[in-house]
Parts: sequence; structure tokens; C-alpha cells
Amino acid sequence: MKKLAYLLVGMLFGIGMFKSGAASWFRIYEMFQFDSFHMYGIMGTALTIAVAATYIIKKKNIKDFSGNPIEFTPKEKSVPRYLIGGIFFGLGWALGGACPGPMFALFGAGFLPILIAIIGALLGTWFYGIIRKWLPH
Amino acid sequence: MEWIYGPWPWYVGGLFIAATLILLLLMGKSFGFSSNLRTMCSMMGAGKSCDFFCFNWKAQTWNLLFLVGTILGGFIAYHFLSVEPAAIPLGQNTIDKLNQLGIESAGKAYIPTELFSNEIFGSVKSIGLLLLAGFFVGFGSRYAGGCTSGHAISGLSNLQLPSLIAVIGFFIGGLIMVHLLFPLIF
Repeated sequence: MKKLAYLLVGMLFGIGMFKSGAASWFRIYEMFQFDSFHMYGIMGTALTIAVAATYIIKKKNIKDFSGNPIEFTPKEKSVPRYLIGGIFFGLGWALGGACPGPMFALFGAGFLPILIAIIGALLGTWFYGIIRKWLPH
Repeated sequence: MEWIYGPWPWYVGGLFIAATLILLLLMGKSFGFSSNLRTMCSMMGAGKSCDFFCFNWKAQTWNLLFLVGTILGGFIAYHFLSVEPAAIPLGQNTIDKLNQLGIESAGKAYIPTELFSNEIFGSVKSIGLLLLAGFFVGFGSRYAGGCTSGHAISGLSNLQLPSLIAVIGFFIGGLIMVHLLFPLIF
């Protein structure tokens, strides 16, 4: 039952990504050209609701469905890893027009060439694992 | 019902993302898609070559199910909730810029046919570009410890400064690619 729930939330996400255009290469291009408000609107709406929800969950100590407290893990403090890692991510995001979630939504829609980007993403992840001890964090 | 089949407005997209985050929190999980890439590397045996992939990936099964759901969601969205080719409406200004780069499918497709039609399997350049794009996304998201979902949504909604730094990085990278590198690539 729980397993089905994860699948369904994933479906909600996939449908939302595809139908809102967040999985479209064109929308990402347009965003980085500052040609349209569309992507900023998506992120802005999502964040406004999510910031409020996170605040309420913390303030009211809302429990999860199993009755356990909802925990938020703070991110480790650092600059280089977020900035350098982020820049690499941004280069790829703009070139392929898709971040990891949308890549899989596009694959589901049947755009098979995105599989090449998914293979690339797995290779990139693996490469990070190999060289991480030499990288500034 | 007609409105379902066209492109959805931005606020509906935002609502779906927020709903995803909230539901996952209520299910006791945190929203972060790119962790799945690490899990998949581990499943394929990357732990043999490096410790980073030696972890109990079975604890991430929920996230893999979420990923399968995302694939199904893309399938449903395109085949049952859209009218082919589900073209993304773009401003004339954007279409002109893309035409100048040689991307003629702007305004006529969901994603550029120049990069994503099945013909590209015969083009070394297109394969190389997609492979490189994916490589940067995979490398960058793991280096930064998260992607758009983990940082721009989960992290920022929890007011995490590191996530803001990561998102600034995403934008620096994206702006460099689109403004400086696209004219050289396309």
C-alpha cells in the first residue's frame, strides 16, 4: 500500500513536470534568456507554498502519516561544493534542457534520446564518486 | 475539460511541485530526485570501484518507486493529457533567437527535434551533446549534494543558505551555457 503511494506521488510529479512545461528544453532556454515569467512563476508558486508548509509543519510539530515527527536535516555548511557543483549542474541543465526528474518524465513520454542524457547522468554521478576525495568540499 | 490538454499555467505547475514536497514530507521522506542516480549506480555495482556507492541502497526503494511513478506520469501526461505534438508556446522573440541558432522546431514541438528526435541516434554531435549534458547534471548534482528538487525546492523551503548558493550556481552555469556557449555549439 505504501509502495503504491510513492508511485502515485511520483506520477503526480511527472504529470506536473510535463504538463507545466518544466520538462521542456524550450522553457529552460527561455528562463535563462529571461524571456518569460513562466519558469519563475512555477518556482515562485512552488516555493511560496512549500516555505509556508515547512514553517507550519515545524511550528505546529505536525507528525507524518505514521505518527513520527517530521525531521528536516540542515545542509552542511560550505561554499565551494555548492557553488562549483551548482555551476556544473547548471551547464548540463541548460544544455540538455532537463534536470533529473524531467529526464525520466521525458523518457516516459517516449522521447528516447533522453536515455543518452540519463546514461550521461549516471556516468557523471559515478565519476563524482570516484574523484570526490580530490575535490574541494 | 479542454484546458487539460493544453499546456498548463505556471501556477498549476507550482502547485503540483509543492504538493509533491508536502506529500513526501507527510510520508516521512524528503524530496530529492538526484539521489536516485547514486542509488542506481550502487545497484549496478559501482560500490566495487568506490566507497561512495557502498551504502544500503534498499533503504532508497521508496525513491526508486517515486522515479518509476515519474516515468509513468510522463507517459500519461503525453499520451492521455496532451494533443500531439504538445508544442510549447513561445514568444516570437524567443523563436527568432532559436531560429538564429538553427533550432527551427521552436514553437512547434515540446522539445527541439534537432536534439530529441530519433534521427539523432545517427548524429555523433547530438549524442555527444546529450551525453555531456547528462554528465554535467549527474556530476554537478552529486557534487552540490542535490538538484533542483533537493536544493531549489526542499532546501530553499527550509531556508537553507547552502541551497541558495547551489541555486545561484545553477544559474551561473545555465547563463554561461545559454549566452556564451550556445552560439559556439549550435
